[in-house]
Amino acid sequence: MITLTIDGQEVSVPEGTTVLQAAEKLHMKIPTLCYLSLEQIHYKNQVASCRVCVVEVEGRRNLAPACATPVVPGMKVITNSKRVLSARRKNLELIISNHPFTCLTCLKSTECELQTMAWEYDVQVKYPNGERMRHKKDHSSAALFRDPDKCIMCRRCETMCNEVQTVGALTAFGRGFATIVAPAEKNEIVDSPCVYCGQCVSVCPTGALIGHSYVNQTWSALFDKTKKVVVQVAPAVRVALGEEFGYPAGEIVTGKMAAGLRRLGFDAVFDTTFGADLTIIEEGTEIIERVTKNENLPILTSCCPGWINFIRYYYPSLEWMPSTTKSPQQMTGAIIKSYYAEKMGWDPKDIVVVSVMPCIAKKYEASLPNQEVNGIRDVDYSITTRELAKMLKEGSIDLRYIPEEDFDSPLGESTGAGIIFGSAGGVLEAALRTVYEKVTGETLENVDFVALRGIDGAHEATIDLGEKQIRVAAVSGLGNARQILDKVVSGEEKYDVIEIMACPGGCINGGGQPYAKERDKVLKARMEAIYQIDKTDTLRKSHENPEIIALYDTFLGEPGGHKAHDLLHVKNFDESVMGEWEHD
Amino acid sequence: MTEQKNPCCTGSNPGYAELDTYIDALKIDPRDPERKEMLIMTLHKAQSIFGYLPSEVQKYVANKFSIPHADVSGVISFYNYFHTTPKGKTNISICMGTACYVNGSDKILQDFEKALGIKSGGVTEDGRFSIESLRCVGACGLAPVVLINDHVYGKVKQGQAEKIIEQYLIEFGEEVEVQ
Repeated sequence: MITLTIDGQEVSVPEGTTVLQAAEKLHMKIPTLCYLSLEQIHYKNQVASCRVCVVEVEGRRNLAPACATPVVPGMKVITNSKRVLSARRKNLELIISNHPFTCLTCLKSTECELQTMAWEYDVQVKYPNGERMRHKKDHSSAALFRDPDKCIMCRRCETMCNEVQTVGALTAFGRGFATIVAPAEKNEIVDSPCVYCGQCVSVCPTGALIGHSYVNQTWSALFDKTKKVVVQVAPAVRVALGEEFGYPAGEIVTGKMAAGLRRLGFDAVFDTTFGADLTIIEEGTEIIERVTKNENLPILTSCCPGWINFIRYYYPSLEWMPSTTKSPQQMTGAIIKSYYAEKMGWDPKDIVVVSVMPCIAKKYEASLPNQEVNGIRDVDYSITTRELAKMLKEGSIDLRYIPEEDFDSPLGESTGAGIIFGSAGGVLEAALRTVYEKVTGETLENVDFVALRGIDGAHEATIDLGEKQIRVAAVSGLGNARQILDKVVSGEEKYDVIEIMACPGGCINGGGQPYAKERDKVLKARMEAIYQIDKTDTLRKSHENPEIIALYDTFLGEPGGHKAHDLLHVKNFDESVMGEWEHD
Repeated sequence: MTEQKNPCCTGSNPGYAELDTYIDALKIDPRDPERKEMLIMTLHKAQSIFGYLPSEVQKYVANKFSIPHADVSGVISFYNYFHTTPKGKTNISICMGTACYVNGSDKILQDFEKALGIKSGGVTEDGRFSIESLRCVGACGLAPVVLINDHVYGKVKQGQAEKIIEQYLIEFGEEVEVQ
């Protein structure tokens, strides 16, 4: 242990600790803009470039960045001297002098770390007249919006993209003042291998990287009297939306959310969890077929569009592996515009389906050319949890003060199996609950596959299906996905079913979820909430969902049958790649 | 490589075989986190083979190193030495180092730009001339210095640009009107 003093207070920490971490132990908050550590998902950005965490160290001539300065015995650190505070303010002013003064209209406003810090440090910059970066805004994708002028070169996005997700879409391009974080050769994002997982958005301290907003389009649809506007909400939204209204992380706001959506004017409020149950029936059928025939294994889950992009870019030879089922978002959309439209006597062309997702990639998926049936788009607009919170606030709806309501019927009925899609391992667990019963013909008494749950890395298990034992794995985070795929390719490991989620921890940690200051704690709370809903659900197996049973009996016919294939499976994989990025 | 747009670097270009020999000798381990240390020298080699570093070559090198194309592109963008567009047959480099600059090399650059109708970093449409600026070439006694291909012109004066270009035009076999 090393003992040092910070602002006169003694603290003992292990060797290798930084001054910043030592100060945290004393509950002293040293400000940071570029530094970010998310232990749970093995993320650490420590480039020491912003210089707002500088502190004075006795005996050293220069100020030291607390985030990158290791402690030494007897060190005397001062974090609040005149010199420190004025240096921090000066550094902030320099950053801001090259930052657009468009806070009022910035999508990140009130959530921007630079803005908050400028206020905290009482930064007084007049509108700067000096030279400023001028880069082209990147509107090229339907999902991710880049405004490089707002970039402060903290490199958090690069660390996330390159080290945690191993996607490698971003680099620092150029040198000196002209440097810009961009895809290779300063290309637009559609011409890069970006998979739209949105994890860069979740760590960007400013509005340089952000999801495309579809709030205005959604309002326009709601105000259009000729349209029937139907909304569907993903499982992971209900355990995070409350954070935007002052609830603690992990508060379950399902009923209030449904009520709020109805007040916004949606003609029907549905649950994507219904689509998740439907996914299990279709994907489960495929799993059973491939596992019992013992061919085309492993089968990989296909509900995460970020992950599907990843395999298409980096493992094109494995394209046969994922299930052909559409994602719950797309299935729900397709069923709304066919089954539900028929029930209501609505023309599918007059229906606008809006999905609320914890995700950026869902925006991309909704826009893909192959995600439609006979020219009718499955989903018209996909908005994030954050965008929904914004709409509710704009519509004078405070979740805290409205009574709970139920989803509408029939696509509001769901099971605990559908709910756990929201957390890493959930899709696999839900599938196993159904596959087990279908294959063995026995009732599964203990439905909790606890071994598959968890935020970090990979979880695996061997499941006894009576005549056959299957080896399954659940992996979240694309870096972890790469590791397991490499093992599958090399033959080092063999699996029958693998679930992969692009975001570490799954949808609860999606790029469209509310920004979390203490992400490690928040993720744990959201995950516990997901399993809490599942635990208290009376129905916990997708095939027991009465509305799903009715859907097959009266409309779809057999699982995996002709009609189901038309509506619920991806037909032409080739069409689903947008942009011109070519893999090698 | 799926599509080859550039005639310089088609798969049949023997340059790739030469580059392969070079890279293979480096024995790159895709799991070695230090492998990127050999990237810059490999890019040097690639540029000496192909003359410049177009997308296709960048992606080729990225693949060989098992690193993202973005990484390679970022490194190339950092160093002045690397360029991603072909240079002209005659490449005119004007030194912008301190000694040359105070002796008016910015004016010399403007002269060349005006005479050829292109900006620094550009290439004439016929591909015969390109202009770039570079930092100190270590011949400050001759400031301002202009480097044309491998030939050094010292103490260049304003107004000489056209005369110098004419010499190269003659080399290209063009009849030059003597003024």
